[in-house]
Amino acid sequence: MDILYLLIPLSAVLVLAIMGIFGWALNKGQFDDVEREGSRILQDDVLAVDGDQVASQSTPEQSRNIQSGSS
Amino acid sequence: MTSSSTTTQPVYSDTVVRGFALMAVVYGIVGMLVGVVIAAQLAWPELNLGIPWLSYGRLRPLHTNAVIFAFGGCVLFATSYHVVQRTCQTRLFLPKLAMFTFLGWNLVILLAVVTLPLGITQGKEYAELEWPIDILIAVVWVCYAIVFFGTVGTRKIKHIYVANWFFGAFIIAVALLHIVNSAAIPVSLTKSYSAYAGVQDAMVQWWYGHNAVGFFLTAGFLGMMYYYIPKQAGRPVYSYRLSIVHFWALIFTYMWAGPHHLHYTALPDWAQSVGMIFSLVLLAPSWGGMINGIMTLSGAWHKLRDDPILKFLIVSLSFYGMSTFEGPMMSIKTVNALSHYTDWTVGHVHSGALGWVGLISMGSLYHLIPRLFGREKMYSTRAVELHFWVATIGIVLYIAAMWIAGVMQGLMWRAVNPDGTLVYSFVESVKATYPFYVIRLGGGLLYLTGMLIMGWNTVMTVANGKAATATIPLVPAHA
Repeated sequence: MDILYLLIPLSAVLVLAIMGIFGWALNKGQFDDVEREGSRILQDDVLAVDGDQVASQSTPEQSRNIQSGSS
Repeated sequence: MTSSSTTTQPVYSDTVVRGFALMAVVYGIVGMLVGVVIAAQLAWPELNLGIPWLSYGRLRPLHTNAVIFAFGGCVLFATSYHVVQRTCQTRLFLPKLAMFTFLGWNLVILLAVVTLPLGITQGKEYAELEWPIDILIAVVWVCYAIVFFGTVGTRKIKHIYVANWFFGAFIIAVALLHIVNSAAIPVSLTKSYSAYAGVQDAMVQWWYGHNAVGFFLTAGFLGMMYYYIPKQAGRPVYSYRLSIVHFWALIFTYMWAGPHHLHYTALPDWAQSVGMIFSLVLLAPSWGGMINGIMTLSGAWHKLRDDPILKFLIVSLSFYGMSTFEGPMMSIKTVNALSHYTDWTVGHVHSGALGWVGLISMGSLYHLIPRLFGREKMYSTRAVELHFWVATIGIVLYIAAMWIAGVMQGLMWRAVNPDGTLVYSFVESVKATYPFYVIRLGGGLLYLTGMLIMGWNTVMTVANGKAATATIPLVPAHA
């Protein structure tokens, strides 16, 4: 059962990684205003997105697209 | 791609979604057809026809790979690429890489269709494909992860919708499972030996095998469920909070359930007990998902009457609940002592596969396909309704036949005379199983017929629609 010397530390690292991802989500506000998020996919219009819900990062391609047009 | 004009709105990248959705229907028919052939061969072995490429032993892995990876895989690719764009309100990250995943995945399937009937196999269940194809799968999968997580990373909406958590976990877990379980030492282009041996190999194999079920066939499809049920019902998920809680519980618990495939084998007792306990615990997060999905219809149950797509989606969750209750029960060592190696296991698998995976896929595709071709509904709603009933009756015949056969086999194999000798010879149990193999074939034929109806309906829908480009709603800039 020598494989346990590998498997147990590996599992511990994996659990820490999972906890890390959970912590990241918590701190980034993924779990704030949870009930509203469930309904968001049902809203068709652009106004469904609040100013504070916009992700701050975007790729250059998408910035160019947003700047185009009359909006 | 990037527009040069200053007035063009960005559009979602749906070409690959369309491709995967249509191929899913094709592979569904192919995979289920092979299933019907091997079911017939179990009842009438003469149907092996003396041809090695058509023998049961070689066709069975073709069936499992076709329905899980070709059909199931294409549905997952199509829906995850569709859902991640819509919920992030952004175009796919690197659409050309997504196209590569489409071509690569289809190449994997083509290679499977060629190599498996030739008898080229690693002999590991749901991981039969030999090492060069395993490498191709790994490459395609890494690209899939880049496209999916890249899209999430460049999202316009800060919140990551719950479906994307399920898809993300599925993608990462499958990468880990595939790479670890497929580790092998090649000796020729068509032959390799597993890096593991004996009971250690068995443990790695069933860690993989059960998590293939838990992440490929469950987490991925739960992601699908969490988007398409609310969309089709026009109602939000019953409890978004519950969806988050059961997600974390599910992905943690599933990893430990693998040993329940190895009860009463050479695997150490403590490992068997770990598998049994975590399998029982798994009942809770699984049913959390089922309840959440079904109760989404709260206040809208009447829609079930007239909407066959909702029937598919909701009934799939009922089978999901059944299977995730049956599974933990079968993980109990005492129960497993009866059920292992019998057709009860086959019945359980198909209750989950036909009932949960099949029906949720069909419901999701019936929602998605018309919209990809500029329509609101499939060409024929009555055909969707007919498909639902044909498929459901097929499922019930299949699993009932296998339950009866399985328990009967288990009881026959353990029956002993007062002097300690076995009451039945093995072949007697085979003979007693025959009528149930025929009934099961009938159930499978009905299920295949349903898929053919879907094929017809899809052709008619595409022929009467046009590939629509959907614009991405512009997210207003900060004030």
